[in-house]
Order: sequence, then structure tokens, then C-alpha cells
Amino acid sequence: MAEIAFREALRQTMREALLADDRVVMIGEDIGAYGGSYAVTKGLLEEFGPERIMDSPISESVVVGCGIGAAMGGLRPMIELMTINFSLLAFDQIVNNAAKLSYMSGGQISVPMIIRMASGAGSQLAAQHSHSLEGWYAHIPGIKVAVPYSPRDARGLLRTAFSEPNPVIFIEHTALYARKGEVPDGDYTIPFGQAEVLREGSDVTLIGYSGSVHQASQAAELLAESGCHAELLNLRTLRPLDVEAIITSVRKTHRAVVVEDDWKFGGFAGEIAAIIMEGAFDNLDAPVARVCGADVPIPYAKALEQAALPSAQQIADAALELM
Amino acid sequence: MTQLADKPTAKELDSSQLIGLLRQMMLIRRFEEKAAEMYAKQRIAGFLHLYNGEEAVAVGAISALNSDDHIFTHYRDHGHALARGIEPRRIMAELFGRETGVSRGKGGSMHLFDVERSFMGGYAIVGGHLPLACGMALANQRLGNGRIVLCIFGDGAVNEGEFHESLNLAAVWKLPVLFLCENNFYGMGTDIRRVSAVIEIYKRAAAYAMPAEQVDGMNVLEMYQAVQRVAQGVRAGNGPAFLEAICFRFRGHSMADPEFYRRKEETERWRELDPITTFHRKLEQDGVIDEPAFQSLQAEIEEIVNEAVQFAAESPEPPPEALYDDVYAQERD
Ligand SMILES: Cc1ncc(C[n+]2csc(CCOP(=O)(O)OP(=O)(O)O)c2C)c(N)n1
Ligand SMILES: [Mg+2]
Repeated sequence: MAEIAFREALRQTMREALLADDRVVMIGEDIGAYGGSYAVTKGLLEEFGPERIMDSPISESVVVGCGIGAAMGGLRPMIELMTINFSLLAFDQIVNNAAKLSYMSGGQISVPMIIRMASGAGSQLAAQHSHSLEGWYAHIPGIKVAVPYSPRDARGLLRTAFSEPNPVIFIEHTALYARKGEVPDGDYTIPFGQAEVLREGSDVTLIGYSGSVHQASQAAELLAESGCHAELLNLRTLRPLDVEAIITSVRKTHRAVVVEDDWKFGGFAGEIAAIIMEGAFDNLDAPVARVCGADVPIPYAKALEQAALPSAQQIADAALELM
Repeated sequence: MTQLADKPTAKELDSSQLIGLLRQMMLIRRFEEKAAEMYAKQRIAGFLHLYNGEEAVAVGAISALNSDDHIFTHYRDHGHALARGIEPRRIMAELFGRETGVSRGKGGSMHLFDVERSFMGGYAIVGGHLPLACGMALANQRLGNGRIVLCIFGDGAVNEGEFHESLNLAAVWKLPVLFLCENNFYGMGTDIRRVSAVIEIYKRAAAYAMPAEQVDGMNVLEMYQAVQRVAQGVRAGNGPAFLEAICFRFRGHSMADPEFYRRKEETERWRELDPITTFHRKLEQDGVIDEPAFQSLQAEIEEIVNEAVQFAAESPEPPPEALYDDVYAQERD
């Protein structure tokens, strides 16, 4: 077991997939000669050549659509969309084609493809480069949505994505790329739909995914200082969602705080709250709390940006209010 | 699987092949008339876009391809599906929303799929399938299987961003795709002249250094000939090509269209160029078909279409359990 960065865990897993199956091709803007905007694909062009690592024009829609068609045609494409912000230009392809083809064709077509994209705020990139829209993708039947937190998640979930017969939206929070952690090598995989209990506790369940697990875990530390034992749940995939893990934990702790970088209004945290209400209403000692991004476009100025994102203190405060 | 021999030129087609073209166009026309009738009887619901008047485009183009070349098309797709040889009864059953339909009743008129026949589907987001055609062509190129992709769309699609993204990508990656624009001059009720800066659509391909031509889409032999010739270059690895078929839909955009936006005289003028009557007349003059042969063709088609309706009507609806089937594929190879 080696200690490597999140980005490195992704790169190693991709490299293995490229070696294992020559139908795997990667398509994206600046993934080759430039090395990837977040250096995830660095070195792959040199090793696998331009037929496998394909630099594309800045045309998100045709890049994703081309991946869908290539998957239909027998290749196993991985698309890198740089960031979730640009995925909006390919939203039609993802929603109307990737997610629909199996169903609309009566099961004749499958779309085994991975669409990777960086997500999240926190680097002062301002409103157009700071979205966290994973909840939008999780809304859509026909695709799967992976939201790794640790380097271990990155490897385990990406390996599963490479064995999926369905389109997988693979979300990488930019704040996680450089973070290191232990990653099992070899055949290690994490099945979709299995949340991870990162920390056991009895007083409140903190639920997060992707980057927000970091703030939630800091909040758990703060809570421990005040004698409150928080259980911490890392969802790892939003679709399929591990409903059972959520319900089991809330039945134990009787309280829940859902954490999400995305906007609260109409967001995925609300979905989790509803699921808890449906599955564990009688076990709740307090209403489910949500700590989400502020209801504004993300601002540039450092202090304002930080104020717009969930903080460990906010999460801890929200938990204590439930006691 | 791949037929490497080139298709015969239009001049080389023998009598039975010529009659075959006529037969396919007649089948499409009769099928569409019957579909309209069934729509009026509320046996078919949803959007129903008929292909009347444009038969020569589908039949000429698709006959000039190999049977395993891929086809991606838009929602006005019955003609293309029939020209590819999909059984009329399975198409009618799909229109009826039955389990025996090509897409098991989940797609309907706009989403006919028959992967076994390399018919990769009808798509209802204008311009949305052009990127898919590029991807399939990329797969064909990589697998070196000699198959090309025919991508069919309307004049309305050329003002979508995906049109431009797709032409550019196909050109820079030299993808084996043949783009075929059915220019029937209207996108729903909008005359192309009101919304397109360049109305000779084939000229737009020049922006992507792509060879392009305009073809008479009312003439099945010209369609056949153009596709037969252009497909050779695409198959040889010369990169994508573009054809603009000039044609006209004789009926409204869909069954819901009262056609307020155009004058009857315009449709009447185009009806004089009816691709079926003109071709029939030509075959008669050339001594390829006589009246008894034509009548037996008509009778044969009548029977096929009636049988298709009967099959559809007698087929079961998808069972309620099918609701959740195929949202996700289960296995990956
Ligand atoms: C992206 C998108 N915008 C609008 C529509 C609604 N719509 C359906 S068909 C159509 C006209 C398309 O015309 P054209 O491409 O010329 O095809 P034709 O119907 O003439 O065969 C429109 C606007 C749609 N389906 N998709
Ligand atoms: Mg049109």
C-alpha cells in the first residue's frame, strides 16, 4: 500500500486501464501535449500515443457525443471535460443521449463511457469556474455519478467505472488533487452505491461527499472537543446512492447534518434530507440540518469566497444546534 | 461481414435493382399514408413526422451503402428505417407502442433503433446526433472495419452549434462519416430563407475544408449515384463528405401542423416532381416495368402494410414491469 496523491491515484488507474484494454481511448481538451489542466493525464500521451490520448478541439458537445458514439461502436472512451462548468455545453449530450440510449432503444444499446470533470470552488476562480453541480447529474436516471473523496476512493471508484456498462460521471474536486493518502494496489475496487463510514459516532451523522467530506471531518474533530461524537459518512457515489448506510447511521445517532458545496435551494442535500425523513422519521430527534454553499454566484475576493462555502465551524455549529 | 466490392454505379443497376428502388419508395409512401390513417384513428399517438415526398433521398442514399454501414438519423425516420430493410411490421408496432416494436415500444416514431441492421437510431434533439455519428466513425476508423457512417439531418440542424462542432471534428480527425442534409426548405414552419445566412447549405462544409455537393433529392437515381460515388472516398479514408439533398415534404411538419406558413401552390408545384411518379414514368419509358408488374407491386405493398397494421394491433403492449427495464445496461463486454 503506497501513499500517493489523489491525482496520481487517478493517473495510475487510467494507465492500467489503457494497458489492459486497447479499446480504451481518452478524449479531451489539453489532455495530451499540455498534460491535462490538472495534470491528471500527464505522461499518458508520451506512453500511449495520439491515437489513444486524443487532444480535442474546444467543443464539449461533440467531444461528449463522440465519446457516446465511440462507446456504441465498441471503443471504451474516457472523456475529460476539464471542469464541470464546461460540461454545461455538453449537458444535452449527457442528458438526452448518454442517459437515454439504453432505454429508448429497448436495451439494444449500451454506453460504456466515463466522463471526468473537475468540480468545486475555493481557488478564487470566480463565478463561472466554481460550480458544484454534481447534484444535477445525480438527478438523471441512466447515468451513474461517482464523487470520490480520498485517493483510495479515486482508485477504487475509477476502477469500477472502467468496468461499468453505463455512462459514469466522475467528479473530481479540485481541492483534492494534491491530497495524499494510502491506496491499495492490485485489484482493489470500490463498488458503486457503497458509502464509507469514515468515523464512528453516536450523537450525530455528518453526511458529505467529494470535497465537502474534508470540512465535515474537521467539524467532527471540533465536535469531539465539545464532547459530541459525530459519525462521518462519505457517500462516494450519488447515483446509485447508499440509502441503507444513511438510514442505518441516522437510526443510530438520531440526528443528521448534510454538507454540500452546492447551493441549498433545490439541491442534493435536500434529497438526502427527504430520504432520511422517508426512512428514519421516527428515529429523528431533530430536523435534518443542511450546511450548503451560500445562495450566490461564487465571488472572487478571498474572504467572500470562503464565506460562500461550508466551513468546519458552520457544520459543527449546525450539529450542536440539533443537540 | 464487410462487403468490400463497391456498389454498382446508377448506370450499372439492372432491372430488378431499379424496380427495387421503386418498390422501396412506394412502400415508404404507403406506410406513411397508413400511419397517418392510424394516427387519425388514435392508434398512434405522440409526434408523428411523415416522410412523404422525400422518399428518393432515403432510398437512393441507403441503397448505395453497404448493409453494415451505420445510419444515424433524425426523428423523421420511418423512411430511413424502411430503406434499411427493417420489417414494416416492427416499425408499425413501435408506432403503436407495442412490445414487438423495434425499440420495444419505448422509443416510438421518433426513436427507431435496429442495431442488428446497423440502424443506430432516430434522434429528436435537432442536431444532437451528429456528434454520435462522429464517435461511431471514430470507432470504425480505429477498428479498421471498413464501415462508414451515414448521418442524416434536416436543414434546421445546420444552425445548431453541434453541426459545426461535428463537421470540424470529423474533418480534423478524417472520420469516415457522410453527412447528408435533407434540405426541404422548412424547419417546422420556418422558411430557411428567414433564418439561414447561407441557404445553399452544402457551401457551409467549405468552412471545414470538406468536399460537398448539392443533389436532386427528388430523383432517386441521382441520390443513389451521388452517395455511391462519395461513399467510396469516405470509405477509402479520405475523410468526411457532405451532401445536400434538395427535397420537399408534401405534408405538414407533424400531424399537428395546419401549414399556415406556406401556400398550397408551393406544395402543388413540388408534387409535380413527385419522386415516385417521375421514377415510375421513367422506368415505364425505359421498358423496365409494365402496367401489370406495377399493379402487382402495388398489391404486394398494400398487403405488407395491412399486415403490418394487423401485426401491430395484435401485439401486446409492454407489460407494466417493463417500466424499469433497460434504464441501465447490465453487462459490459
Ligand atoms: C434542439 C431542438 N430544438 C427545437 C426542437 C423542436 N423541433 C423539432 S423538429 C424542428 C424542425 C427541424 O427542421 P429540420 O431540421 O429542417 O427537419 P425537418 O423536420 O424539415 O425534416 C424543431 C424546431 C427540437 N426537437 N430540438
Ligand atoms: Mg427541414
